[in-house]
Amino acid sequence: MAALIETQGLSKRFGGLTAVDAVNLRIEPGEIRAIIGPNGAGKTTLVGMLCGRIAPSSGTIRYEERDITHAPPWVRLLAGIVYTFQVTSIFKGLSCYENVALPAQRRLMRGLLLKESLVTERVHAALDAVGLGALARQRADSLAYGHQRLLELAMALAAGPRLLILDEPTQGLAESEIESFCELVRTIAQRATVLLIEHNMPVVLSLAERVTVMEAGQIIAEGSPSEIERDALVQKAYLGT
Amino acid sequence: MSTLRKSLVLHGAVIAGLFALQFVLPEYHNTNVARIMVLAVYALGYNVLLGYTGLMSLGHAMFFAAGMYGAGLPIYYLEFSAGAGLLTGVACGLLLAFLFGLLALRTTGVAFLIVSLMFAQALYLATLYFNEITLGDQGFIVKAAPLAGIGFHEPALKYNAALVLFAAALLGCLALRLSPIGRVLTGIRENEERTRLLGYNSFLYKLLAVVVSGGLSAAAGGTYAILFSYVGSTFASILFSIYPLLWTLLGGAGTLLGPLLGTSLMFYLVDFASEWTSAYLLVVGAALVVLVLWFPLGFLGWVRTRWLAWLP
Repeated sequence: MAALIETQGLSKRFGGLTAVDAVNLRIEPGEIRAIIGPNGAGKTTLVGMLCGRIAPSSGTIRYEERDITHAPPWVRLLAGIVYTFQVTSIFKGLSCYENVALPAQRRLMRGLLLKESLVTERVHAALDAVGLGALARQRADSLAYGHQRLLELAMALAAGPRLLILDEPTQGLAESEIESFCELVRTIAQRATVLLIEHNMPVVLSLAERVTVMEAGQIIAEGSPSEIERDALVQKAYLGT
Repeated sequence: MSTLRKSLVLHGAVIAGLFALQFVLPEYHNTNVARIMVLAVYALGYNVLLGYTGLMSLGHAMFFAAGMYGAGLPIYYLEFSAGAGLLTGVACGLLLAFLFGLLALRTTGVAFLIVSLMFAQALYLATLYFNEITLGDQGFIVKAAPLAGIGFHEPALKYNAALVLFAAALLGCLALRLSPIGRVLTGIRENEERTRLLGYNSFLYKLLAVVVSGGLSAAAGGTYAILFSYVGSTFASILFSIYPLLWTLLGGAGTLLGPLLGTSLMFYLVDFASEWTSAYLLVVGAALVVLVLWFPLGFLGWVRTRWLAWLP
């Protein structure tokens, strides 16, 4: 089967530092993939290159068999690559509705024309999916942190993802919130491929079908959650046991 | 009532109020209000860029002047009609804004401010340098042929022509604000990187905002030349780049009626102050300091946070 997204020798250098070093990553359509690794391993830089936030120093990225290495972020979004930020990046001064309306209208615009009722429908669907339906009129910066993370996710859903990249989505969430969050990701994964950067090992083990382990910019292991748990190298580098 | 309906009622009422005002005002104030409405269009144009897109320019006088000279010169030398002159002026403003945007939008923030200032100074100096054509800071009198038999010196024509321009600009800005484009511009103002990652080519949208902003400013400049019969370099000077910034901030950047309110307040403040002192610019400066320190959102921005969250 053809990969949904595939990188070849993908690298990013910041001055003398090689943050991502010749990474070959391959993700199949429909899977839930987790990337784990210690801080500074290059995980966020790697997915930043996938969504077009960061320009690669060398290597290529192919998405659905098209070379997107140099495509700007808005082209990638229209192709279905949607990224959610590690540190929530919402429009703080706007209402939840307006936050979600911006990605929602993107696929509905025909030139510069738009039917607002379709946007409204899509916004409410996304907000309801994450459980923020009742807070549509609230200003985003008045939400609790956990809710801001959910809003970030609603924005991603409204954009219509085929590859949803979640960068440490459970960071700062309470135990009780994490459980329903995992349930939500499973629902999303029925329609989209999910790439997850995550520190919380129970979340990784319960959600991911395959796990990729990074250290110092390189992939050091890849396999099923149980294989990764057993892998001695990984334990040394990351799990610390 | 929906936001759209509330907005239409409010802005319709303002336009109707301005129409009615001409029948009660004495002639001196009649001309003042006509002038204010034209200058408010300039501020509306400025607000599209500052208030809705978050780009602060210190060179908008170049667009105002492009409209003014673009309309004034062909009327003066080629005997264009007022309408043809105005169209030429707006076309000049649009073209200048497009070229300016292509170059200047490679920068943001303070760098954008400086680049806009440089462009405007270049245009200002050009109006002085080519003084054989522009007549420099001495300027020239524009006498457009009468419109349907009524001369442009008639207060009623002045007032209503200014009102038509203002109403069109206000409703146009309202439409832009409530359109999908308005939403994207707001997104860029709040968080440009996020907007790009949500699927929008922010450069194109910013360019559009610059062109709309420049076009409105030029329409104001061209109309000003025709209605008040004078074109001169002063209107291209830095003072005329600072004014729309001040008017917009005073009334409330990012609100639709802020520019009109700010222009009116500042106009009458200067009018009042110049009766007392020739250093009326000191009053302008003091107003700016007070504004920045205590009312950073401007008057209507403050009203919006307090009471009217729906105000566009």
